[in-house]
Amino acid sequence: MTTEPKPSDGSLIGASVARQEDPRLVSGRGRFTDDLRLPGMLYAQFVRSRVAHGTVTSLDLAPVLEVPGVVAAYSADDLKLVDITARLDRPVSEFVPTGMPVLARDRVRYAGEPLAVVVARDPYAAEDGVEAAKVEYDLRQPVTSAAQALAPEATLVHDEAPANTLLDVSMFATEGIDEVFAEAGHVVTVNTSTGRQNALPLETRGAVAEWDDRDRQLSLTTSSQVPHQVRTVAAACLGMDESAVRVIVPDMGGGFGLKCVVGREEIVTAAAALRLRRPVKWTEDRKDALTASFLGREQHYDARAAFSAEGRLLALDADIVCDMGAYSCYPFTAGIEPMMASSEMPSVYRLPAYRVRARAVTTNKAPSAPYRGVSRPQYVQVVERLFERAARELGMDAVELRRRNLITEFPYTGVNNVTYDPGSYLESLNLCEQTMRDEGWYELRERAAAEGRHLGIGYSCFSERTGYGSKAFAQRKMEVVPGFDISEVRMDVSGALVVTTGTMSHGQSHETTFAQIAASELGLELSRVRVHQGDTNRVTYGWGTYASRSVSIGGSAVRRAARQLGEKLCAIAAARWDVPVAEVELGRAAVRHRADGAQLTFAELADVAYLKSHLLPPELEPGLSETASFDVSTDGTFSNATHGTVVELHPGTGQVEILRYVCVEDCGVAINPRVVDGQTRGGIAQGVAGALFERITYDDQGEPSATSFMDYKVPTALETPEVSVHHLETPCAFTETGAKGVGEGGTIGAPAAVLNAVNDALTPTGVELDSTPVTPETVARALEHAS
Amino acid sequence: MKPAAFTYHRGRDVDGVTRLLRELGEDAKVLAGGQSLVPMMNFRLARPQHLVDIAGLRELVGIHNDPDGALRIGALTTHHAVETAPSTRVGRNHAVVREAMRWVGHLPIRTRGTVGGSLAHADATAEWCLLAILLDAQLTVRGPDGERAVPAADFFHGYFTTALDSDELLTEIVFPRPAPHSALTEFAERHGDFATVSAAVSLDLAEDGDTVRGARIVLGGVDALPVRCPEAEAVLSRDRPGTGGVLDECAEAAAEHIDPPSDDNGSAHYRRLLTRTLVRRACEEAMTR
Amino acid sequence: MTASTPPHSTAQYENSQLVSLQVNGETYEVVTEARRTLADVLRQDLGLTGTHLACEHGICGACTVLLDGAPARACLMFAAQAEGSAVRTVESLADGEELSDLQQAFSDHHGLQCGFCTSGFLMLAEGFLAERPEPSRAEIRETVASNLCRCTGYQTIVDAIEDCATKRRAAFQAQLDGESP
Repeated sequence: MTTEPKPSDGSLIGASVARQEDPRLVSGRGRFTDDLRLPGMLYAQFVRSRVAHGTVTSLDLAPVLEVPGVVAAYSADDLKLVDITARLDRPVSEFVPTGMPVLARDRVRYAGEPLAVVVARDPYAAEDGVEAAKVEYDLRQPVTSAAQALAPEATLVHDEAPANTLLDVSMFATEGIDEVFAEAGHVVTVNTSTGRQNALPLETRGAVAEWDDRDRQLSLTTSSQVPHQVRTVAAACLGMDESAVRVIVPDMGGGFGLKCVVGREEIVTAAAALRLRRPVKWTEDRKDALTASFLGREQHYDARAAFSAEGRLLALDADIVCDMGAYSCYPFTAGIEPMMASSEMPSVYRLPAYRVRARAVTTNKAPSAPYRGVSRPQYVQVVERLFERAARELGMDAVELRRRNLITEFPYTGVNNVTYDPGSYLESLNLCEQTMRDEGWYELRERAAAEGRHLGIGYSCFSERTGYGSKAFAQRKMEVVPGFDISEVRMDVSGALVVTTGTMSHGQSHETTFAQIAASELGLELSRVRVHQGDTNRVTYGWGTYASRSVSIGGSAVRRAARQLGEKLCAIAAARWDVPVAEVELGRAAVRHRADGAQLTFAELADVAYLKSHLLPPELEPGLSETASFDVSTDGTFSNATHGTVVELHPGTGQVEILRYVCVEDCGVAINPRVVDGQTRGGIAQGVAGALFERITYDDQGEPSATSFMDYKVPTALETPEVSVHHLETPCAFTETGAKGVGEGGTIGAPAAVLNAVNDALTPTGVELDSTPVTPETVARALEHAS
Repeated sequence: MKPAAFTYHRGRDVDGVTRLLRELGEDAKVLAGGQSLVPMMNFRLARPQHLVDIAGLRELVGIHNDPDGALRIGALTTHHAVETAPSTRVGRNHAVVREAMRWVGHLPIRTRGTVGGSLAHADATAEWCLLAILLDAQLTVRGPDGERAVPAADFFHGYFTTALDSDELLTEIVFPRPAPHSALTEFAERHGDFATVSAAVSLDLAEDGDTVRGARIVLGGVDALPVRCPEAEAVLSRDRPGTGGVLDECAEAAAEHIDPPSDDNGSAHYRRLLTRTLVRRACEEAMTR
Repeated sequence: MTASTPPHSTAQYENSQLVSLQVNGETYEVVTEARRTLADVLRQDLGLTGTHLACEHGICGACTVLLDGAPARACLMFAAQAEGSAVRTVESLADGEELSDLQQAFSDHHGLQCGFCTSGFLMLAEGFLAERPEPSRAEIRETVASNLCRCTGYQTIVDAIEDCATKRRAAFQAQLDGESP
């Protein structure tokens, strides 16, 4: 069922209310990690490897201690921390676990790898100290590409990983698929590479650690999407009880996946603070953020698809190689990209036969973390290119070809053993295409062609699994299985609400949208709901914010807990009136007697629950606090969208100008449509960045090409298109609010749409471009080819 | 990304600054707007022992028109001051100078960055360097022993190196002649970045408005210095640019004249392609002024 | 290992100097090393942490402040260079809890998500609108291109600035109309 969204029944679900986060953030009163200043605080910075691959023969920190302002310097030998090791429950033939030392010991595996920490009285002196360190290396041959990693006789990045392969899985192989290809009328292929990118939260990583003597707790403030996982790893690396570690995440300047893994530097910062018994702050600088944090996205696809003469997709066969860099990230491992691609690649199409092999290879580059969309931008790019190519070969309109193959009957269980819940795959494509037609872009394209200009129209269709519960993660065989989330909803004596969540908003507006959920459930004003997150002392447990999971899973936990609290409020009221609970109901910040309309306000009920508990019947506990958890027991829920874009290619420069961008998205019930628009537009901006601008390359010595924003070309307002967002609404049947999740979709659909539009514009040249980013030079050469 | 330590000196007048620079020798750097120097210091790619801040030398700020048609701009004038100068100061005859400013970084860079700083930094793609060569500027330089005027053609020596001695200060740039038919254009992958290639054209047009008596064409981003293209200039003086194919021939001559580098921003081949496009575009813009 | 002689005296740095700064209408005197940037002194010495640092090489614009009314990168200036100038930071925009029209417009248009770049965009826009009260949308977009935002895609930032400019013009016009006899 698809309807235009609108706020129902006066509840706050579906209302674009103002964000609760905004007043402090527009006033400079947000509190970000680097804003913290504690008495006696020291500043840490890292001595990092200058070489991409080598053995450290000598690390001399004595000169560092001579530098004015330096207080201490520690190497791996000084701190003796346990390695961070992320594991999959798979045989060694499929997955090789590799330890990531918190500070490199004898081996260094990428330029920028941390070797030692310098602690000083101010950040300037800390850098002076870093410069004074003396490190000597025996150089090894660096492995700087996936091809090099897989070559026979290649140097090994990890001695325990033969062929530099950390993961090699063939998750699906339909029997008889070779025959399907042999007999198919049409087989098309796509070979694609996608650039290595930095997710690039504008706030770099950072941490402030101190030992709190009174609580006998290490307090670690850090910019992380996953506070509880940081606590687990910090406790393990430092050999402490988890309860002796408190992780706090204050305001966060973006994450996009880069901060949903545990970083080595935050652990070292904690270790230094413990050693010195003084607060220590580390703030990553941009150079390190670009070269030595976590990257992602560098993948190679060798894919082919078989189609019947009528345009039915018959089979898909893909060989995927993901260049994961030097280490497996915690908790997801180096398997994150290849496994995501393997399980989801059939995308939104009915596919009878599927075979995939996916590998994670290790190279001497900064390691990979999940980046917004994780593999989906890439495989959508590949699949959508396959459709375009097939349409050309079949002499068929590519939109029509998609239409013939889209999943339209739900639930649909695919050849990948995934069951897709209802979505608006066909409706979103139709609406997107119709919008383009109505706006006259097809005529404009024709007119432009007649004038010798190069206009192209491109689409992409995709869905995005958002509610990954523990079942879905367990299928990946992660040893650490994320999935559920917990919320506590507590009413205070004045009748106001505190909601806790284990998710971790960093731009997604959860302080607003989660408050909308709780406020709607209880009929409260939004301003009387406070959402607390990012403190392991205050929040029972949580899996953080990533994979577009927060509103579908975290939001559902909030609603459940709020509902339970509502039930308790009703029970108290019924007891006060001495009537059966069936005779009362929740009203506006009050419980009402259905028959006579009598009311007890929440404040009056809270007064009883806390201050006059002698009035409570014996079966009701004092206080007003309810906790609920939520997990997804199915395969998850799928948001979907179609992106359509129009580009013009400028022959004299190769510039790709985006003239129009339309997104028709369906994320189920939109709790706050303006927030949904924001997530969508922001996601598209990052997708366009990947399609046209951003890439980090490495020279043969393993030196990265991008050390500054001069080299890493984050698009500005003049490179980023305006986007029209249209909403469809297919409510999710099993989340508590009907919401599905929207964090990643924009990023997933954009590269394919842009690439298809570029290729459409290139049609007269006969050149087809499948890899990203498409740089102006690539386009200019393609256009030259034609003339 | 915090700079290494240095000693800060505040200059009070030009003579004092040049004497101080002589005293401090090679370890000193002049700090004007700092928009190129400070990023390099933050990366510790530059680490002067001494910084001499000349922002207080107000006599170096200002835009003046001489009766003979020359435009004189003080070295400490900001890009933004030129960009927003009234037409009584930067008139039609030097419109290219004002219009080139929109290619200089971004607004918050232009409010701080200075004309002299940009010239002394001598990035071969910087707009001021191109303008200086294009318009045959004279650069006024003062040292402890007096003042000298350096023609732009002799000022730039290579990547980030100029004719300035370590105890000299660039005080003024003088554009000696009106240049009404001039244009500067660029291409960078991202707005506000240093150009991959930039092209500037100045035409001396006859009364008829489409016969070229003389032309200068200067390119940035193709070598360590801004490059003049005499062969391309000759094409414009030989045939009227309005006639078919002349601009193409001119653009081609410019592309053939250069030996551009290949790097992450583009191959030599691509820089030649950009050169053709931009020379053509700059010629067309210059013609229509 | 730990330094054997604790270098704890404040006189350790040879290059400290007294800098007098005018920030948001208040005068501050700071003894600081010459190499400390204006951004660091604002954040660390004056506690004005609304000005953020995200690249320290002048490209992202998160640290944009107003210097004598003009937007400038606080990471590309040493604190001493700001002596004699009036510095304005994001903390000066609101009047207590009362947001300025520009701040309100950013909220109304969802011109921020994580909020890390926001201070820089606000100060950029404040300086820009003071100089160009009637900008076109294209001019706004070109100015917005001075800074980087990773969350919004910029569209709503442009919307917010455009809306603020329109409302300021309307208010100014209403004031003129009210004054005319």
